[in-house]
Amino acid sequence: MSIDAAARYAESHEYAKLEGSLVLVGISDHAQEELGDIVFVELPKAGKLLAKGQVFGTVESVKAASDLYMPVSGEVSEVNPALQADAGLVNREPYRKGWMIKVKPSNICDLDALLSAEAYGKSIGEA
Amino acid sequence: MNLLPEPLIFNVSSPGAQGCSLPESDVPPSPLPQDLTRKHLGLPEVDELTVVRHFTRLSQKNFSIDTNFYPLGSCTMKYNPKANEVAASHSGWKSLHPLIGDRYSQGALELVFRLQESLAEIGGFSAVSLQPAAGAHGELAGVLIIRDYLESIGQGQRKTMLIPDSAHGTNPASCTMAGFATRTVPSGNDGNIDIKALEAMLNDEVAGIMVTNPNTLGLFERNIAKIAKMIHDAGGLVYGDGANMNALTGVFKPGKSGIDVMHFNLHKTFSTPHGGGGPGSGMVAVVSKLADFLPGPVAVKQGKKFALAMPPASIGRMKAFYGNFGVLVRAYAYIRMLGRDGLRRVAENSVLNANYLRAKLERHYPLKYKKACMHEFVAMGNIAPGIRTLDIAKRLIDYGFHPPTIYFPLIVPEALMIEPTETESKAVLDAFVEAMLSIAQEAKTKPELLNAAPTTTPVGRLDEVAAARCPVLCYRP
Repeated sequence: MSIDAAARYAESHEYAKLEGSLVLVGISDHAQEELGDIVFVELPKAGKLLAKGQVFGTVESVKAASDLYMPVSGEVSEVNPALQADAGLVNREPYRKGWMIKVKPSNICDLDALLSAEAYGKSIGEA
Repeated sequence: MNLLPEPLIFNVSSPGAQGCSLPESDVPPSPLPQDLTRKHLGLPEVDELTVVRHFTRLSQKNFSIDTNFYPLGSCTMKYNPKANEVAASHSGWKSLHPLIGDRYSQGALELVFRLQESLAEIGGFSAVSLQPAAGAHGELAGVLIIRDYLESIGQGQRKTMLIPDSAHGTNPASCTMAGFATRTVPSGNDGNIDIKALEAMLNDEVAGIMVTNPNTLGLFERNIAKIAKMIHDAGGLVYGDGANMNALTGVFKPGKSGIDVMHFNLHKTFSTPHGGGGPGSGMVAVVSKLADFLPGPVAVKQGKKFALAMPPASIGRMKAFYGNFGVLVRAYAYIRMLGRDGLRRVAENSVLNANYLRAKLERHYPLKYKKACMHEFVAMGNIAPGIRTLDIAKRLIDYGFHPPTIYFPLIVPEALMIEPTETESKAVLDAFVEAMLSIAQEAKTKPELLNAAPTTTPVGRLDEVAAARCPVLCYRP
């Protein structure tokens, strides 16, 4: 189980990582492991404005379909095109090639309200 | 079970073979335009006996409730008494034309009317429409009724429906189709709706809540009357998902607990065919203030005669004609065979059977919510290193039992939901317990048996990941 120390986390298991002026959003390694083999990821179109806590997509595994929630408010500036052909990237590299969307944050302070890597680790029972 | 491999019917095709011999044409041929004809249709060419044997052999690979125990319960496959079939196969029903009109279909209309009345009585509601053809179809009808009612009293701004996190996935889907936004209400540590969290979500945009009672964890929502009052005080309505009505018939009337509109699944609780054997029926029941909004037509009694009528503010039709009529005959036969006392015993025995299994299994398959259940309970299958619920489910097949529902509800990790229903004898339940205990033992001593299961079926463990990622849906030669 890995937790990217450079990212911050929502209680609903999405991570948000600052990359320049954009926020990279995906789901944590813990989340992908709980979901099992992911077979489909439904993502919004670039340009969509979404508030923190709103549903931005759906991730579907052989076990379940789960909603994905915005960890920060902002405009979706880019969507990971690779997930359409290979949703398994979310299982294999959740923090790298398995990222889901890039967000132009409307309020960068939203990041501060998320859990730190350490606090997230504690919340899922990792030392 | 027939374990021999069965080729695809395309693979036994032989050019020129056919299943019927047509007489020579005695009229001049009139060929189709050339751009509409094809040389190769890609259809199998087989004789009649080959077709009969192929499909009969396939049917012998079937696992059915007429041959084995199905702990999926009323959720999917409750036993359908054969007397239902006798009732439904009466030629008077079978030969009735749907456009014959009220005058010549008085018997059918009387049955529909009486079934409406019976279901209203069982649920504690004022009025019923038998139109919807499935559970989720009934949900959609119900939330459309809520929408139209709210608009009729000038509360059309209420566009948010609250849905507990243990709900069936169809609940939010039905709301979305009816134009509502949904918000998830968390469960408390006891597996019931978190009342404090619910309170904080109430405002003048809330159209209502969708409650399943007992919920999908098999737990009775003890606060249902309080929850209903909170929602009503906040100006919303309460929708009841009746999928788990099997635990309540003759004991508890949802319509008297504050629920305003509810669907029942005749194909679950009222023993009509389900799964591939359907069609289903998701009839919808309402309290008096919503009766005018029911989907129609519904059967009404005018003096001594029966007729079909559209409720005055109806949301409209949910389906062509009058619901799935043959299914209604079966449900009516079931209700009349059992009567009030019999329906009560259905609920009592379904709850007793589930608790018997729970008590026998909970030491080996831990429960997330450790308390008495209603007609079903949810255990967890990660009982040994490297063993997942999927492995337990697949191993059960080798013991001659259908796997229970797995990985639902979503709020229990490695969920294993067991519902025996009222029809199983103690001997069958004991045999199931023995198999489950034996599998729990194997999980610790011979886990490879579980990981490789099933091994006694025509095909072994299927690759469900590949099937979902790269589905092949059409035969290509």
